[in-house]
Amino acid sequence: MSENPSGAQPVAGHHVSLLVATRKGAWIYHSDAGRQNWRVDGPHFLGHVISHLVLDPRDRRTLLAAAKTGHLGPTIFRSTDGARSWAEAARPPAFAKAADGATGRSVDHTFWLTPGHADEPGVWYAGTSPQGLFRSEDGGVSWAPFSHINDDARYREWMGTVQDGTPDGPKLHSIIVDPRDPAHLYFAMSGGGVHESVDGGRSFAPLLDGLEVVEGFDASQPTFHDPHCVRLCPSNPDRLYQQNHCGIYRLDRPSTRWQRIGMAMPQADGDIGFPMVVHPRDADRAWVFPMDATSVWPRTSPDGKPAVYATRDAGASWQRLDAGLPTEQAWWTVKRQAMTADNRDEIGLYFGTTSGELWASRDEGAHWACIARHLPDIFAVEAVQWAEP
Amino acid sequence: MGRAVKVHIPGALRSYTESAEAQASGATLADVVAELDRLYPGIRFRMIDEQGRIRRHIRFFHNGQQVREPAQPLDAGGELVIVQALSGG
Repeated sequence: MSENPSGAQPVAGHHVSLLVATRKGAWIYHSDAGRQNWRVDGPHFLGHVISHLVLDPRDRRTLLAAAKTGHLGPTIFRSTDGARSWAEAARPPAFAKAADGATGRSVDHTFWLTPGHADEPGVWYAGTSPQGLFRSEDGGVSWAPFSHINDDARYREWMGTVQDGTPDGPKLHSIIVDPRDPAHLYFAMSGGGVHESVDGGRSFAPLLDGLEVVEGFDASQPTFHDPHCVRLCPSNPDRLYQQNHCGIYRLDRPSTRWQRIGMAMPQADGDIGFPMVVHPRDADRAWVFPMDATSVWPRTSPDGKPAVYATRDAGASWQRLDAGLPTEQAWWTVKRQAMTADNRDEIGLYFGTTSGELWASRDEGAHWACIARHLPDIFAVEAVQWAEP
Repeated sequence: MGRAVKVHIPGALRSYTESAEAQASGATLADVVAELDRLYPGIRFRMIDEQGRIRRHIRFFHNGQQVREPAQPLDAGGELVIVQALSGG
């Protein structure tokens, strides 16, 4: 369907590549061994809205892109040759056809992609806007509605309508597969809260205890909950972190009660933001990117001074990490999929901004450098390592 | 089925047809689009959603008249123009 415009080859082995999805296309940045120099490959799908670009960690070859354009309906593109060529999904995520006389929903865009469990090669999950959950069992070629939630009356009530959600539509996101058990699943909805299944998706139930909602609303109702990003710790799958519209939280299973750990953040920056990043090997460590959520919710860096905050003690305390970042007049922020970590011995951290800048740290957030600018609004950043040829 | 309709393909869909024109037949707009999809798999879903509705920023004109519903009958032959309507920046 589409050819790689630059012909650049992915770098295999231990080199890190960044998959950058933006409002007007996708770019891939390949690092050298020291993560100091980056070579750009792109644009791919110039002009397409790319919400998420994800490499399958099971084969480190299959790449899926969630795409739409201003005019055309949504689809999924797939590459198995390092983004040199792309083919469109034969059956992209689509809701079931409504019965005669009923008003059915149609997918506006696929927002989130999650590869399935290591024991289920070829399985992928997708979250959409309007909020829906889909699954592929053939590596992203064909998709079908997954579980009961898309058409369940109670879930549909919790999901609300397009008018109840984020400005470009409420989104089902943060689909998580427990690495110990493919039947243990979580997902979150920007309008509708966090939900869990322990039976492979046959049933889901809300997981909301301890989460706050906007003042004046009823926290017992899932529809008023707005999780922004939920992450499970690979080194301790019983621990989840969440950046929510109303704070930063941690959940240690089997407890079902989220603890607000963002109250330890400095009051000037608050504990509202979009992304949540966890350490691949240390469940006490996580990173967030606060934004201004005062008054009319500017959703910019507080006071125009962007900073990452890190915890090394599971949220008991937070440290500001802003060396190298602008010290004033920087009015961007970072969206929920646009901040990530690699898995090198000394963790690399990466984020893309709403102003189209790509920032990297080779030392776990201690120092930052801008590695690309002038890109479109960045929606998602994933750090990957390709398979050997 | 009738005579084939000459279909003018907008730029956004030429990755499917690799041409600015295509030929398809059908008694209704839905039939013509279904034949286009058989010839160029995937093209239908980019224009018509899973509920059978024409997408918000897609317009169809047959012999100069707008076709607003997929079930609308088409006279045989003539030209079907697919238009990318304004969708913003």
